[in-house]
Amino acid sequence: MTEQILSDLREAILYFDPEEARTLAQKALDMGVDPVVALEEGLAKPLREIGDRFGTGEAFITELIAAAQAMEAGAEVLNQEITRRGATRKKVGTFLIGTVEGDIHSIGKNIVATMLSTAGFEVIDLGTDVPTQTFIENVKKHHPDILGLSALMTTTMTKQKEVIEALQAAGLRAGLKIIVGGAPVTEDWVNEIGADACGLDALNAVEASLRLMEGK
Amino acid sequence: MNNRHALELLKENGCTVDADIVHTPQSLVEETIKKAPSSFNLYTREADETHQVGGDNVIYNPGSAAIFFTDRETGLMRRANAQDFKELVRLTDALTHIHAQSTAMVPADVPDQISDLYRLYVILKNSSKPIVTGAFTKEGLTDMKNMLEAVAGDGLAEAPRAIFDCCPSSPLMWSDVTCQNLLDCVAYGVPAEIIPAPQMGATSPVTIAGTIVEANAEFLSGAVISQLAEPGSPVVYGGSPSVFDMRHCTARLGAVEAVMAACAFAEMGKHYGVPTHGYLGLSDSKTVDAQSSFESGMGILLAALARVNVVSGPGMQASENCQSLEKLVIDNELCGAAYRLIEGITVDEETLATEVISKVGPGGHFLAERHTRDHHMKERHMPGDVIDRLSPDAWTKAGSKDATRRAKEIADKTLLEHTPKPLPKDSEERLETVFKAILRRHGIRPSQLPKN
Repeated sequence: MTEQILSDLREAILYFDPEEARTLAQKALDMGVDPVVALEEGLAKPLREIGDRFGTGEAFITELIAAAQAMEAGAEVLNQEITRRGATRKKVGTFLIGTVEGDIHSIGKNIVATMLSTAGFEVIDLGTDVPTQTFIENVKKHHPDILGLSALMTTTMTKQKEVIEALQAAGLRAGLKIIVGGAPVTEDWVNEIGADACGLDALNAVEASLRLMEGK
Repeated sequence: MNNRHALELLKENGCTVDADIVHTPQSLVEETIKKAPSSFNLYTREADETHQVGGDNVIYNPGSAAIFFTDRETGLMRRANAQDFKELVRLTDALTHIHAQSTAMVPADVPDQISDLYRLYVILKNSSKPIVTGAFTKEGLTDMKNMLEAVAGDGLAEAPRAIFDCCPSSPLMWSDVTCQNLLDCVAYGVPAEIIPAPQMGATSPVTIAGTIVEANAEFLSGAVISQLAEPGSPVVYGGSPSVFDMRHCTARLGAVEAVMAACAFAEMGKHYGVPTHGYLGLSDSKTVDAQSSFESGMGILLAALARVNVVSGPGMQASENCQSLEKLVIDNELCGAAYRLIEGITVDEETLATEVISKVGPGGHFLAERHTRDHHMKERHMPGDVIDRLSPDAWTKAGSKDATRRAKEIADKTLLEHTPKPLPKDSEERLETVFKAILRRHGIRPSQLPKN
């Protein structure tokens, strides 16, 4: 029975069906399936499968995002139960992400956030046009493993530098890994502003983040 | 809508404003868009030549704004610097079929705060062609207007030297800065290009028709703001649509659907009776190769057929990220061919040539005929040396060079030999005074800038 419901959950993700994922997640709980197992085997596993297929060119980004949304729907149900039981789900790390102040472009950041979730990160998304001070406050609040700063334009890219300087001034830089991304970002820029890595595209951002976690 | 002034203006004129969301009544849109002029004249630096922006006129200018540049020695992309930009401006000044300059790069060795106006400074000093540009900050636009005024005098509004790009952010947003730029253009009487840049499938519907609907709303919102602020302000219906690639998450500007969308935007602009603009003639290739010429050729020719008035694209590759002088030289030829294309085939008694056909008769030839000499240069677009016209043997003897190699040699030679029309002494003095004052305000010493 447990195997059947996990298989159904996987199918809901592979067919991008958030409603079905939510219903089946509840059904799994009602059947007494361990929510941590349901989350890992029923939701995370198929999403990783689509993530891998995206990596090899067999799936499109639209499919990956739709699958991630289906997973989110099911995970919402399971996470409530996990929290209630005081259990924890294993995660790769906590990732705080946002587009810097003055920049309202969100698409690149959103794709990276989705793919990081797929890879097992807990992602906290601060949105776009995020003031430097907000980044500082949220680093204090969430203690992320990695901070991701997105900027599309050369004019707003300088804010990435400002955030890093502000983190240093606030004594929050040590132990925190910082990854920068966006069209104008290069390896040279990473070195210039004292970031730890850059994501030249979404896949590259995830790979770099996983490498940063290994180094922690 | 993130701009306070625009929100107030729209509210005063009967729009429904709910926090930062604006709903504009259809009647207001239909009324105000009629006030936008159908064309305006764009002037060269010394106002000795004009180009009409509107009607069936097509003006090509380099695509902007690239952060990378193709190094002519290595053939590889690297960050663009001020010297690269100066070379691009001087080459563009010399190219026959590129009629306007553009602030086509973001030089990495110039302080960010003045990067936008530094580029204008370089153009004004190195070329007399009209300019397509844009500001990066609110203050930038006023500074740039002052620099143009220093060169043009008080009559800038009557004889604009530059068009300013003001871009909404797809889907359906105006940032504070770009909207203020639009309002300031209107206040200064400077023509503004409203350029939606949707990535189809990501920031607009995946369908071309849906993208046209969204971009049209974005253009109209800007047009309404400009015409409410000052009826009759020149605005251009622009577009920089791209195909969002679902496999690689990149924006493809060379894709056939992107080209179709850009031409369709221009048709919408013509429907509203305003001048049009499009990012066409760009390629997604990272190097000058078959793909770059195929994609750019498609964009440049279709832009001409669609009579897009301002075509920004030549020289640009890697979507909108890299400028290449070799590609610019090749694209210039494509622009020349496109101009020839839209001239069409002249059919009259003289060109039908029945008289000379009878005269030459069966088995003769036309080389010695007066008719051939008279019509040769009228009938034909004369390509530059980048287009290979040699016999196979002559080509081999000339070093078996491909188009990229020939383009590089032409770029190098032109940069060595071409002397742009110098900026008149009094204009130069005024420009220096204005530019130095701007630098002082930013706390930047002239010695911090790249040598010019």
